[in-house]
Amino acid sequence: MKNNIYITLEKCCLFALLLLNFSCTNDIEESNQQYPQLNPVNPDLLAGTWKPILLTAPDEFAIDAPLAVTTAAYKAEINEIKSYQSNITADQERIIKYWSVGGVLRWNEIMQTLVARHNRPPYQNPDGTYPAPSAANPFANPQFPFSNPPFAARAYAYVSAAQYDAMVATWHYKQLYNRASPFVVDNSIQVLVPKSTLPSYPSEDGALAGVTVEILKLLFPTEIAYIQEKADEQKLYRIISGANVRSDVEAGVALGKKIAAKFTVRATTDGAGAAIGNQALWTQLETNAIAKGETPWRSLDLPARPPMLPLFGSVKSFLMTPDNVVANRPLPPPSTNSPQFLTELNEVKRYSQDDSKENMKIVAFWADGVGTYTPPGHWNAIADAAFVEQNYSEVRWARNLALLNLAMMDAAICCWDAKYFYFNPRPCQADASIKTLTGVPNFPAYVSGHSTFSGAASTVLSHLIPSKTSEFSAMATEASNSRLFGAIHYRSDCENGLLLGKAVGNFAVNRAATDGAK
Amino acid sequence: MAAQHFYAQTEIDGIMMAKNNFCAGAIYEYSSWNKYWEGTYKRENLNFGTVSTQKIAFNGNYGITDNLNVIFSIPYVTTNATAGTMAGQKGFQDLSLTLKSLVYEKEIKGNWLSFYVLGGLSVPTSNYVADYLPLSIGLHSKTASVRLMSDYQYGNLFATVSGAYVKRSNIKIDRNVYFTDVMHYTNEVDMPDGISFNARVGYRTSRLIAEAVFDNWTTQKGGFDITTNNMPFPSNTMNMTKIGFNGKYNLKQISGLAIIGGLNHVITGRNVGQSDSFYGGLFYVLDFTKKTKTTTTDEK
Repeated sequence: MKNNIYITLEKCCLFALLLLNFSCTNDIEESNQQYPQLNPVNPDLLAGTWKPILLTAPDEFAIDAPLAVTTAAYKAEINEIKSYQSNITADQERIIKYWSVGGVLRWNEIMQTLVARHNRPPYQNPDGTYPAPSAANPFANPQFPFSNPPFAARAYAYVSAAQYDAMVATWHYKQLYNRASPFVVDNSIQVLVPKSTLPSYPSEDGALAGVTVEILKLLFPTEIAYIQEKADEQKLYRIISGANVRSDVEAGVALGKKIAAKFTVRATTDGAGAAIGNQALWTQLETNAIAKGETPWRSLDLPARPPMLPLFGSVKSFLMTPDNVVANRPLPPPSTNSPQFLTELNEVKRYSQDDSKENMKIVAFWADGVGTYTPPGHWNAIADAAFVEQNYSEVRWARNLALLNLAMMDAAICCWDAKYFYFNPRPCQADASIKTLTGVPNFPAYVSGHSTFSGAASTVLSHLIPSKTSEFSAMATEASNSRLFGAIHYRSDCENGLLLGKAVGNFAVNRAATDGAK
Repeated sequence: MAAQHFYAQTEIDGIMMAKNNFCAGAIYEYSSWNKYWEGTYKRENLNFGTVSTQKIAFNGNYGITDNLNVIFSIPYVTTNATAGTMAGQKGFQDLSLTLKSLVYEKEIKGNWLSFYVLGGLSVPTSNYVADYLPLSIGLHSKTASVRLMSDYQYGNLFATVSGAYVKRSNIKIDRNVYFTDVMHYTNEVDMPDGISFNARVGYRTSRLIAEAVFDNWTTQKGGFDITTNNMPFPSNTMNMTKIGFNGKYNLKQISGLAIIGGLNHVITGRNVGQSDSFYGGLFYVLDFTKKTKTTTTDEK
């Protein structure tokens, strides 16, 4: 009997060991941790002549001439680098590893984080109404912002555009002042990142930190501490790594802040603050649709929620005039009383009954709903992965993300214009038996936002990296289809959204052809 | 939000199948909630109404020896929400295999003290989607667990306590970037492990078992809370304490046939629904020894 127990115990121990082996290690390698240090193929020496987006000229904002590298003050800055380098901590190594992949890229990822963190619709009041986030009182419940897709598209655009202008100005002053890098002045300095052939003053990372912090104070005011910590890391990384002296970085920060101020003024007057509308407008939209003999859109949220940003279509674009927006407005959707509407509704219903793994996978991959970086964020992540392979300079990174994000902001403007012009119901409003495979967004159906964003993004990205055109268009088509597969959009929402997106994307492509960066 | 990953409790008892006996059965369980904990905040969500999970589990328990049993279970799960637009899901969930060993047994003045070790594995049996909470049918993680259990029988009364560490494998979701409390640029999700504690007291004879159960599941480090009005995620911290009642009756009329049933109520939780559930099932013992042993309990 005793022997039996020991044998059994032995078996159990063996089994337990087997279990431990079976469970794999939990270490996950994330794609953006594998990126190499930024080492541009082409430093874009002449980028100081590229056309800025909002600045009237690259030198609209002045910076002081740098101190000569022979001064005592400069030597003290060289000594600061040496002092850091004599004792680099593990945390400093982490900072260098993180930021040396590229400042524009890392800030873009930080933006994706901020958007995802704040992309949550407000929780209802006890009486079933909803509180609205307030830019004037951002920490109150619900916190400002609710970074839904239009808000996010605009936020990505402002940050990218401001960064681009800051980079153009930086490149201009680099050429103008032509101050050597610290490792050129003193060859005993180690350089922990690939050596740049560009002049060092002002620092592009300083300018990125300066411009981004200032613009994000407006867009994500509750995140200032987090953002400032990132900016401080970025500035420190340049000094510890021997790429810049402190005055290079500080001049960049100062320049970036001035440029951000101009974008901030624009952002506070572009109409986005009023895009939420009011009860009178919400009622009017419904009345208008009924007057046209159509079934008006109705919120499917419980309790019913006011429509998301009905006046976002009036936000001031960077690339399109208000007339351009109207001229590109899609033709009307099938009337809610028409046979074609019914045909499309039935098609959605068929998709709603297909919960095959393949179908669900496409829906989930492109869902980008609540708590995510939104469809514009998804396209930023796609662009980031593609741009890393291209080894762009910081200024070209900034330019290309700006083109992408200006186009997606315009996609949001034009799509929201169509949504509230037509105020069309969602499929599961028209037929309550339709169940969806992802959440139904709280705004009208026509045209699909995902489709418009994807059409615009794939058009711009295909222009920037022509060899990937078929890849980007396949992604856009799949993103668009995912909304039909998930049973939250009709076919005409998706197809016309994709077309609208492509038309909108061409405004950015036209700019790209004439901005001097070719 | 998924209550489904909690172990079927049938194996966590101080009962062994005799050698060469095979007990097969099926259990139906209905579980539902209309309130859940978003982090520590208890709320309702009118966009889901009442979320229900129905489960039909097929179970088997074979006595390799009197002291070593192998137990399996495979559930078919169906989920549904009474409100909102999100479609329910259905499918075969995870196959669990448990090796249960009676490692020590001692008689103390006619009462019995025993210790058990249980090793368990579970693997998803279909490609169901985990990243669709609260309506996904499971979390799609492979698990491995070791449970230590002690049972004391005092006349017809008994008490059983057990604790298990459950290791969970990473899962893959159909996204290549996701946000927990930070961004992750991967389709792989690190699933936090869990510790399960179970205690039960009651009345036990070879004919009838009636017991009260206390059960706790605590997610270990690596999980995170659902933020306000956000959707749940597979690697959320999902803690749950529930109480319940189980009964088992071996029929006199049909030797080898047992009826089981029970109720459970979640009393507190974190990032889970406050579910109420009930279940019932039938088990039948087949004796492959050609002897006339008919009961499932060891001779106490």
